[in-house]
Amino acid sequence: MRSLDRTANEAEAAPSVLALAVPVGLAVAAYGLSYGVLAVAAGLSPLLATVSSVLVLAGGSQFAFVGVLAAGGNPFTGAVAGLLLNLRYLAFGLAIARHLPAASFGRRAVDSYLVVDESVALSLAHGGTDVVRRFRTFGWSVVIGWIGATAIGAYGGRLLGDPTAFGLDAAFPAGFLALLAPWLRSRRGRVAAVTGVLLALALTGITPPGVPIIAAAAGALVALAVPQKRGAGPHCDEAGVTRGGTG
Amino acid sequence: MTTMLAMLLLAVGTYTVKAIGPFTAAGRELPPTLAKLTDLMPAALLAALVATQTFVVGTGLTVDARVGGLVAAAIAVALRAPFGVVVLAGAAATAVLRLLGWV
Repeated sequence: MRSLDRTANEAEAAPSVLALAVPVGLAVAAYGLSYGVLAVAAGLSPLLATVSSVLVLAGGSQFAFVGVLAAGGNPFTGAVAGLLLNLRYLAFGLAIARHLPAASFGRRAVDSYLVVDESVALSLAHGGTDVVRRFRTFGWSVVIGWIGATAIGAYGGRLLGDPTAFGLDAAFPAGFLALLAPWLRSRRGRVAAVTGVLLALALTGITPPGVPIIAAAAGALVALAVPQKRGAGPHCDEAGVTRGGTG
Repeated sequence: MTTMLAMLLLAVGTYTVKAIGPFTAAGRELPPTLAKLTDLMPAALLAALVATQTFVVGTGLTVDARVGGLVAAAIAVALRAPFGVVVLAGAAATAVLRLLGWV
């Protein structure tokens, strides 16, 4: 009897996926706010800035795009830099696709839209049986947070002032670090991360913007060569298969 | 007009890249090696993004108040803080450092 009560209490205490999604949306909103302000400062109308977040839904590339605009560069150069940065979503899309059901065209189209760093990384790192539900819930949270905050920053930018004063530009790497954390618990994950960092930093400045991130993906190849520890990893799901950080 | 076209290019290209996985591999198992590779790629890519977003300015590397934010975020991560707290810690630390005069 007591063990049943304890399980029920544990179930109530565990935060629902929805509750977990709210802080993710808010955190994304922090840098969405920054983007809205910067995009307008770079010359986009508040409407176009907001539309860009709806259409692209990829913060890093959007910052890169308006960065090029602000520096007086050719918009297509900005677009290419952004695309190079976004090639990582090929890996993220494949990583989450393994968990997605073989569904209708429409469902896959929507799931594709929801592929962002936070939705894929957070759902994979947790593993378990509800990867898809987490992926979609976090995805929609990011959609709402990112687009909503862009609009607020774009239309209310003059009221906000300088986003760097609030450290909002540091919110981005902090967020990525939070997403990276689960992978750092495994040896292969750490190797992939360190190799990726070294590759990206080494190539910065000597290759066009966006290329360092693409090259960093080779860190995963290097990590595969590292022997795997036997036994349960940090992300075993019910089937005993490790996800995210292997080994 | 050019700007809008370039943005459209970015949008369509990005969505295409995102859609390749769900449209080709959903409901199917990848070969084991490819599966392990795609499981590890987020680690390499996210780490590279942390590094470039912290240290890159324009086309070069620099050290500024963002490093302080990264340190604060790392501490928050080590303390198993939730996602929102880590982001807040990073932003707040950087903001404070800038208040104190560090760029």
